[in-house]
Amino acid sequence: MSVPSGMPATTTPTATPAPPPASVSQLSRQRVRSAWLFLLPTLVVLGMVAGWPLLRTFWFAFTNANLSNPEPPQFIGLENFATVWDDPDWWQSVRNTFFFTGISVTLETVLGMMIALTLNTRFRGRGVLRAAVLVPWAIPTVVSARMWGWMFHDVYGVINAMFLHLGFIDAPIAWTADPRLSMAAVIAVDVWKTTPFMTLLLLAALQMLPDELYEAAKLDGAGPIRVFFKVTLPLIRGPMLVAIIFRVLDAMRVFDLFYVLTTNSSESMSMAVYARQQMFEFQELGLGAAAASMLFAVIAMFTVVYLVLGRSAVEEAA
Amino acid sequence: MRKALRWLGRAAFGLLVVVITAYTLFPFYWAVVSSLKQGSALFEVEAWPRNPAWQNYALVFTEQPFGRNLFNSVIVASTVVIISLFLAVTAAFALGRIRFFGRTPLMLMILAVSMFPQIAVLSGMFELVRWLGLYNTLPALTLSYLLFTLPFTVWVLTTFMRELPKELEEAAVMDGASPWVICMHVFLPLLKPALVTTGLLAFIAAWNEFLFALTFTLSQEARTVPVAIALMSGASQYELPWGLIMAASVIVTVPLIVLVLIFQRRIVSGLTAGAVKG
Repeated sequence: MSVPSGMPATTTPTATPAPPPASVSQLSRQRVRSAWLFLLPTLVVLGMVAGWPLLRTFWFAFTNANLSNPEPPQFIGLENFATVWDDPDWWQSVRNTFFFTGISVTLETVLGMMIALTLNTRFRGRGVLRAAVLVPWAIPTVVSARMWGWMFHDVYGVINAMFLHLGFIDAPIAWTADPRLSMAAVIAVDVWKTTPFMTLLLLAALQMLPDELYEAAKLDGAGPIRVFFKVTLPLIRGPMLVAIIFRVLDAMRVFDLFYVLTTNSSESMSMAVYARQQMFEFQELGLGAAAASMLFAVIAMFTVVYLVLGRSAVEEAA
Repeated sequence: MRKALRWLGRAAFGLLVVVITAYTLFPFYWAVVSSLKQGSALFEVEAWPRNPAWQNYALVFTEQPFGRNLFNSVIVASTVVIISLFLAVTAAFALGRIRFFGRTPLMLMILAVSMFPQIAVLSGMFELVRWLGLYNTLPALTLSYLLFTLPFTVWVLTTFMRELPKELEEAAVMDGASPWVICMHVFLPLLKPALVTTGLLAFIAAWNEFLFALTFTLSQEARTVPVAIALMSGASQYELPWGLIMAASVIVTVPLIVLVLIFQRRIVSGLTAGAVKG
């Protein structure tokens, strides 16, 4: 299927020495042609599962497409965008998503850095700790949402039990029912689940730093905190920024955590949850597509930043 | 004095390690503990159940179509990985080893696709799935999962492909080998470790996917594990079978943890290749 046509599976090896210049260009032309043939199946599939559905979504955003209406959708211009724009629930979901992204990624970066620095020092049991740190990353998001949902249970949850025992609170709290508290709960789960990713990327960056720098800093009598801010942080800035943008992109499109963990009242929704609710629960495919397109635009902006930063980070490293 | 300070520093460091380990492992530990409790025991907070009840693990298969859900997840995730790797090897060879006009924009485009918010293609994909007659079937999920596994596998394999020595290729070209032969017979065997890493990461991504699985399947029998666990409910709305849910969660998680621990080092290199070397 993916075997490009016109490519002999085997060629008879000819004992020619270095090919003369004329055939070099012929050879490279043949290579370029085979490159496109090699890419063709992937490009076709990506066009089918990414390009086409994306274009259709953009088109739906300008139509009155509705799942309960069998008629072909009619073009209605910017009406859907106007409706979404005027919907306070949409803006609540935007605030929720940005708040979630900002706090989660900040906490993940700080915590990830602390754990990466810990793992970067030599001590007994380092392998065990690194394995332990990977566990939350391996657990499916829905499963972690459910595990934490149970821990946050208002009456029987272990978190309320612990807080009561320690005297932080004097009555159990309904963590996932109250929109303000459920945001804290969602952030707690996301931080727990994705800090390992941050840790791994930061650790990889830390391990590339040359030892001599630290020896020099030690000879200069710099304390560990000074060394961190004056030597370590500037040197890993590139990879760190890339990791942060990567996490931001991921957090902006958050769906499952909010869907599983919160009660999905209009006060506790992410942008993706809002868009899907319009599309499938309210059957307003066009409205949902408009909301999804707006989220896409926001993420596209961040992607451009990522690509620019990512390339400069690579060039710095090269 | 100095000795005491050093000892104090070590103790603080040890404490830090213990705190990190407890923080990362506690929720999973608590899920295991809760999965061994039934009835009123669930509502008591104790470090280990006095009478561990293993029934939840059996009940999740008899009261719920969980065996079927597991089977669905295995089938979907495996087919997605096989198709993705199959397509990605040649694409990565072209992108990693051949210089041609338009290569950089193509790479950036593939990277951009992997950053797509899935919600942005959801309605278009829904239409495609229905048009192909795949609604509420597993191939609908296989098809839609290629959206994120294929760009990822192409991207990571390309970075691995680039690191292979140039001399091998030159020798093969001297022998008159075609690009197809070079890709399949010279490079593919060398890429085996990379294929394992990439395949595993793609498998985990497909295994965990929720949005498409929730939207493109309807019946309990067609659900994958994450959707089944998310929608698992009890006799009434207010009575959630937490013991069952935790048992199901543990069943899904243990194989993943084992795999991740076995392939630890490789996973780290795969993740960094996928994210940072951009």
